[in-house]
Amino acid sequence: MRHHETPQPPTVSRRALLAITLAVAGSGATACGSVDDVGERVALDQWNLFGGGDGARMIEMHQRYAAEHPGVDLRATTYAWGPPFYTKLAMGAAGGRGAAVATVHVSRLKGLAPGRLLDAIDARALSSAGLAASDMERTVWDKCFVDGELYAVPMDTHVLVNYYNREICAAAGVLDAEGHLRETHGVDEYVALLKEVKAVTGTFGTSLDTNAGWRPFWALYRQQDGELLFGDGDFQLDESKALAAFDVMRRLADEGLAPRDSNGAATSANFVNGLGGVVQVGNWEIPVYQKAGLDFGVAQFPDFFGNHRTQGDSHAYVLPHRRDRHQARLDESLAYIAWMLRNGITWAGGGHIPAYLPVAESAQYLTMLPQSEYRDAAANVQFDPDIWFSGSGARMQDDANAVFQGLYAGTQTPETALAGFTDILRTLLRIPDPT
Amino acid sequence: MARSTAGAREDSGVRTSTEDSDPPVEAPPPAIRSRPVSWAGLWFVLPFAVLFAVFLLWPTITGFAYTFTDRSLTGAPAGYIGWSNWTESLTDPAVWSSLWNTLVFTGLSTPPLVLAGLGLALLTARARRLGWFLRFSFFAPFVLPVAVVTMIWVWLYQPGFGLVNDTLTGLGLTEVGWLADERVAMISVVVTTLWWTVGFNYLLYLAALQGIPREIYEAADVDGASGGRKLWSITLPLLRRTTVLVLVLQLVASLKIFDQVYLMTRGGPNFATRPLIQYIYESGFTGFRIGYASAISYLLFAVIIVFSVVQFRLFSREEV
Repeated sequence: MRHHETPQPPTVSRRALLAITLAVAGSGATACGSVDDVGERVALDQWNLFGGGDGARMIEMHQRYAAEHPGVDLRATTYAWGPPFYTKLAMGAAGGRGAAVATVHVSRLKGLAPGRLLDAIDARALSSAGLAASDMERTVWDKCFVDGELYAVPMDTHVLVNYYNREICAAAGVLDAEGHLRETHGVDEYVALLKEVKAVTGTFGTSLDTNAGWRPFWALYRQQDGELLFGDGDFQLDESKALAAFDVMRRLADEGLAPRDSNGAATSANFVNGLGGVVQVGNWEIPVYQKAGLDFGVAQFPDFFGNHRTQGDSHAYVLPHRRDRHQARLDESLAYIAWMLRNGITWAGGGHIPAYLPVAESAQYLTMLPQSEYRDAAANVQFDPDIWFSGSGARMQDDANAVFQGLYAGTQTPETALAGFTDILRTLLRIPDPT
Repeated sequence: MARSTAGAREDSGVRTSTEDSDPPVEAPPPAIRSRPVSWAGLWFVLPFAVLFAVFLLWPTITGFAYTFTDRSLTGAPAGYIGWSNWTESLTDPAVWSSLWNTLVFTGLSTPPLVLAGLGLALLTARARRLGWFLRFSFFAPFVLPVAVVTMIWVWLYQPGFGLVNDTLTGLGLTEVGWLADERVAMISVVVTTLWWTVGFNYLLYLAALQGIPREIYEAADVDGASGGRKLWSITLPLLRRTTVLVLVLQLVASLKIFDQVYLMTRGGPNFATRPLIQYIYESGFTGFRIGYASAISYLLFAVIIVFSVVQFRLFSREEV
């Protein structure tokens, strides 16, 4: 113990002290309000869910944004992807104190109670910030409207694509003259290609992510024009098309062309280490493979049923609900979104197809390889079904993944997977819609 | 326990002093009666009473009212829906499986936490030179925030290069998927919790041990009692009240398991570790269904009350 001089008690009466304490406590609330705008600078809170390569790109863009906008105090916060982020977003918005801007998956829009948790975006204000509807990729832009109101501004389209290891595929003789993966049509042709690839790798043809079966299922089901419609507490699923999709998934693992059990990390590792010569995962893996120094190309999701439709989603900016949205901050939010889209070439480096056409059609993007190799996939994107429990990281995907995992593991047949999936849909439909 | 022992002694001290001054005992009553009622005490209690009412009592009441509504976090219009949240929660398999996980965690964690706390206290009660260091070491993890604790342990449990698995493979054994294997994930969380919170039980036991009068041991020594005999017939019986306290606190704490699990496994793999509170959190805050989540909360509330009452009955009977 150090010995200090005994501090003299301040000569304040008890009553005065009490009054001061109460005053300080009371001013706490107002103090919070004034911290928001430091001097003349407009505070701009941004919440996002990007870690890894995407997170690094967003930080890089934010640093440039901050340097160009000394008048804006940008405060970006990254939350863990999936439920933790969406929970935080919803809770902030429920209290009317959400961030000024946040990122979401467009597939989650309906489940985020637009109009309550999300504020509508005035299209005119947006165009005066420099973003016109005509500059947006049509497919994703249309997805940003709920009941005729605009609730999101899309950043990108991201889809399942088909990666191929050039070295292995060349050895297997499945590349065309220009060094691109040979175009196949139908399940059998693709299976034949995988067999040739497996002959080289000795382990797998494709190093699939067996824990994320929803995405390939939806792509395969939509390639057959399968619809999943909801209404009146019931759903409509084309069982024979679903079974055909499940059978492709089962077949890849049963014939030893795909792993029986592989999570996201293992899938990347298998591909990087050459245990698989091709892999169908999201375009966001590009930076991972580039960093690993792999010589690879990217093609559209294979044609299994006559087309290249693929499962995908879109990242978008939204305005979480605020009780008091100052005009200055709203303007700044929209200006921020516009800046981020205009400078989206950095974001495109992460593999996402820009939703902002001036960037998507720029020479810089068109010469970016392998990113621009699959840019046509933006037109083939199939969004998840339109219901509140659907979308990236939402319950239907999670629960379906758990069942579909068994198709690869060999514990489910297409028939039991179908029964399991319809059970999930029935269970979810029984839950009252909370939005 | 430490505090209540000390309090009891002070109490008895006060009582003896009043007994000593026996004559004036007759005088005070009329003096008290004539004094005007003082409201000072109320003012001292008021701040806490207000906080208690606003942040505990009122939410408890409104929460119960919510169980009969389809109230949503989104602020969507909600209304009275009778008992349907209750019937749904009782038939929801996720409620039962996560309640089971909570009970498994409680069953696995409570005995080692109590026994290890006692064991460590017995070991260090007599340590002289290194005593402060040992006490510090055993209690230190308890002051760490849960995020730090789980981060340390997630690294320790890492497959491949984590300390635990690295040691195992170094010894020629096979790796264990500590947090990835459904069968061992819960045990991994229990081990982490043991390391993190045993310090509290340890502290309670240590304080109680220091409260046992030395004379009793001296008397036992005179009678030639062995060390084991003294432990069994003096120490443990005199620690009874502490044990009851530790057990009650530990059971309630274990039934409220959430943080470690959420941070270490998010309730996985395949929901094998998801405790009931996580399901409440998921239903209410992730799934927006405040009414339904409230109903499940009251189920857990009931479970905790049942546990506490049973425990109280068991121990208070023996106490008499």
